[in-house]
Amino acid sequence: MNAPPLDARALGKRFRREWALRDCTLTIPKGAIVGLAGPNSAGKSTLLALAAGLLAPSEGSVAVLGRDPLREPSVLAEVGYVAQGAPLYRGFSVGETIELGRRTNSRWDDELVAHACSGASLATKVGALSAGERALLALALALGKRPRILLLDEPFAGLDPLAGREFLKLLMDGVAETSATVVIASHVIADIERVCDHIVLLAGGAVRLTGNVEELLESHRILMGPRRPLGPIRGVSEIVRERYSGRQATLLVKSDDVIRDPSWTVEHVALEELLLAYMAPERLPTPRPAERAALRWHG
Amino acid sequence: MIEFHLDPRSGVATYLQIVQQVKEALRLGTIEVGDQLPTVREVVADLAINPNTVAKAYRELEREGLVVARQGRGTFVSNTLARGTIRHHDALRESLERWLDAAQNAGLDEESIRALISSTLRETLARRVA
Repeated sequence: MNAPPLDARALGKRFRREWALRDCTLTIPKGAIVGLAGPNSAGKSTLLALAAGLLAPSEGSVAVLGRDPLREPSVLAEVGYVAQGAPLYRGFSVGETIELGRRTNSRWDDELVAHACSGASLATKVGALSAGERALLALALALGKRPRILLLDEPFAGLDPLAGREFLKLLMDGVAETSATVVIASHVIADIERVCDHIVLLAGGAVRLTGNVEELLESHRILMGPRRPLGPIRGVSEIVRERYSGRQATLLVKSDDVIRDPSWTVEHVALEELLLAYMAPERLPTPRPAERAALRWHG
Repeated sequence: MIEFHLDPRSGVATYLQIVQQVKEALRLGTIEVGDQLPTVREVVADLAINPNTVAKAYRELEREGLVVARQGRGTFVSNTLARGTIRHHDALRESLERWLDAAQNAGLDEESIRALISSTLRETLARRVA
């Protein structure tokens, strides 16, 4: 029972000759709310589909709740997955959709689904719902099985800010109720920043950064000072990004100690800026033609 | 009951914002010993934030001896931070409002007022300690 909710070892997925995800090793701690960040076609959807047992790895392995989702599909009863665009049967009513969920899942919590759908009319056809209402319904169905891990692929795409906030409220309420671990894939960092306490950053099919949000913010700093040849700076273990404008230098650094060098002004870094620095193209070792493959897979 | 609000641009961690808002309410006497804090679920439903964050804020307040968690019942204020009696607050607030009017009449904007208050506060406190 103490296996991590999601554990990938050198996981890779190739579509024809192109790698959508490669050499992905990561462990997601129990109870975390994970922001799976990265630009479009970074491999986010592929990672979630591998974890949900919808795809077979081309190399490496993935374990969900300690089990291989393909060899032991029984684990999927405890995995909630909402694909991009919250696909549901448009011709079904809300009530019929909920009934379908009840009959096709071995674990089902009527009370939780009723609470989550309290604003919806059961007779309404799914096709007549707004994007926000459909997203809420899909989330309610995923929560209904009381998942131990919930995988959400770009849940905010197509939602206006108000619908996005309603979605987050229902999601966080569901987490408070079920203590599920959550992985939210999103290319918009602002959408997930409010809730995630753990980050996995993918770019070009590879893991660029992973860790606890607070620890990541604590171990990075922005340094500002006059432009000069850079030597070692005490307290700095790595320069992640350098930027220059005129005589001014701005560094984003990884820090392992207090930086006391008086020639630098030291500031904290915001999550969005940190992630942008780590997904910068100059940090990618060898560009892989993964983009087209991932796009094709989405149709 | 206290209601929390979040400033995402403050750069202050969410759990710390909650801790600070509870402390501020304790200092101002708007919540008192025995009062209940909103449940984790209530805060989550209100602010759409991570329940772990609320739990962390409450644990921190508990560690500082300001609240106690009672199993299955909720989190309650167990200590106060109000210095002096709260009935003095009204008079002090009034004289502060008069001072703020004077500062605005003198042409100070909000930032200048904040800067003046915080530097005066620092210097005055430093003198008293010395």
